[in-house]
Amino acid sequence: MAQTYRDMLVDPMVDNNPITLQVLGICSALAVTSSLKVALVMAIAVTLVTAFSSMFISALRSQIPSSIRIIVQMIIIASLVIVVDQALKAYAYEISKTLSVFVGLIITNCIVMGRAEAFAMKNPPIDSFIDGIGNGLGYGLILMMVGFIRELFGSGSLFGITIMPTVNNGGWYVPNGLLLLPPSAFFVIGLLIWGFRTWKPAQVEEREYRIQTVEAH
Amino acid sequence: MGLRSFFDRIEPNFVHGGKYEKYFPIYEMVESFLFTPKTVTTVAPHARSYIDMKRIMTYVVIATIPCILFGLYNVGLQSNMAIQEFGPSGWRAGLIGALGIGFNPNNPLANMLHGLTYFLPIYIVTLVAGGIWEVVFATVRRHEVNEGFLVTSMLYTLILPASTPLWQVALGISFGVVIGKEVFGGTGKNFLNPALVGRAFLYFAYPAYMSGDTIWTPVDGFSGATALAVTASEGVGQLGAYGITWWDAFIGTIQGCIGETSTLACLIGLGFLLFTKIANYRMVVGCLAGMIGFSLLLNLVGSDTNPAFATPWYWHLVMGGYAFGLVFMVTEPVSGSHTNVGRYIYGALIGFMVVMIRVVNPAFPEGMMLAILFGNVFAPLIDYFVVQANIRRRARRV
Repeated sequence: MAQTYRDMLVDPMVDNNPITLQVLGICSALAVTSSLKVALVMAIAVTLVTAFSSMFISALRSQIPSSIRIIVQMIIIASLVIVVDQALKAYAYEISKTLSVFVGLIITNCIVMGRAEAFAMKNPPIDSFIDGIGNGLGYGLILMMVGFIRELFGSGSLFGITIMPTVNNGGWYVPNGLLLLPPSAFFVIGLLIWGFRTWKPAQVEEREYRIQTVEAH
Repeated sequence: MGLRSFFDRIEPNFVHGGKYEKYFPIYEMVESFLFTPKTVTTVAPHARSYIDMKRIMTYVVIATIPCILFGLYNVGLQSNMAIQEFGPSGWRAGLIGALGIGFNPNNPLANMLHGLTYFLPIYIVTLVAGGIWEVVFATVRRHEVNEGFLVTSMLYTLILPASTPLWQVALGISFGVVIGKEVFGGTGKNFLNPALVGRAFLYFAYPAYMSGDTIWTPVDGFSGATALAVTASEGVGQLGAYGITWWDAFIGTIQGCIGETSTLACLIGLGFLLFTKIANYRMVVGCLAGMIGFSLLLNLVGSDTNPAFATPWYWHLVMGGYAFGLVFMVTEPVSGSHTNVGRYIYGALIGFMVVMIRVVNPAFPEGMMLAILFGNVFAPLIDYFVVQANIRRRARRV
């Protein structure tokens, strides 16, 4: 592989970000980003699952028959997700209740499956592990950015610590209720993608069709 | 005249290669606001018509004048009546006191002026905040600032409660202009109505300032439910107990957003828009048919637990934002359907949805804003099916 470990880690942050470039894993990004703490836990969980599932799948890759590879991948991913879910329930029960079904749904997160299919099936275990960490961090980076905006402007706090005292608690800040509703993450992610693609024009997709210009006769 | 020659003199600075080339959109905006645009199409087909975008937009603004005037009167009337009870407060009271006009609700002029002290700040903030975004995008994207923004800003102002804080006004119009219009390429490419996008943003972001009983009349201590809120909780028969008759609601002396209370004023605007053929009558017919049909159906079905089921269609027509939305938002040509059959369906869909949200959904007493945005989203799909049906019909003929 021409890629160094550093590339594998850094590339998915901006240049090949799973959320802003590939637009994967959007569903959980909408659901868990209303507070930073939850978003951080989710980011860590997805990073660990992606990294370890990629590593195990990569280690088994020459044993997995191609026709049932998806099933095998799912079994590995599901086992890891159950481990993460149980660990959260044991050590961070409150957060696990907030995350509710979304921990279980890491199984269906396209990033995990995507890395297993696209990378781990063709590369050695250590590389796959680093790649999984990198993609998890890329996902986590966007989650943290969205969570930062949503928690700061939606409830005037960061990690539950009040930054801008809200009107209800005798402060001056009128919280923006829209940012606490899941659809607002669509706007925030959309604006982030806009920002990323203005910064890196190479990410701009080609137009599917052009409006024809009429020739003058 | 002097003004024309002034523009001719400074124009070379702004055209391509001039000193202030970058600021051409601003120059163009001011010039075309004052004079007829000089540009003509350079390529075929050449269609001659006296209707251009500037005239369309100006006509819509003219059509809102009855709503503006009545809105001013009604905001002042409601405020003055509340002031009789709770006493004046704030800078407006100081200003009106200093002018010696007084707070007599029986004096129409005093009401108009009092209303103006609420309308003008909101309108000016809308123009400035939205205008800045328009100019920024026009400069960066190199398109022109056009008169569409005058319509958006006027409609936006008229669908806000008079008590809206000015920073929220600025935030809402910024969201409406940027997310509702400019990200899709500007006027003519917006698939949603920008004024409604801004209003919807405020509605979901700051529900405490956009709904409830205390916000409709901007006087401290006042509390009064809108006709729709009463209908949703107690049924239309109880409106009399709150002193609201059908004629009050039709004329517009009820609680509500600045410009939307008067069905009469909206209908005058509708007459003007239909006469000048700016508004397409098919959308209006569709929207009325959808609303009347579905509310009659709900009347027939009836409900023991939900008194709003019994609301007759002529009450739906005069309450809340239905009439205003019907006249100025449903008929908006860009975000609506573009085929004639599609326009009927589009209108009917909105009429159906507004009754659905008002009556069946317990969370929102008013549904016109959401119904129109819903219709906007479906408009291209409706067009698609209408066009496909036409193609199939013609293919069978071969």
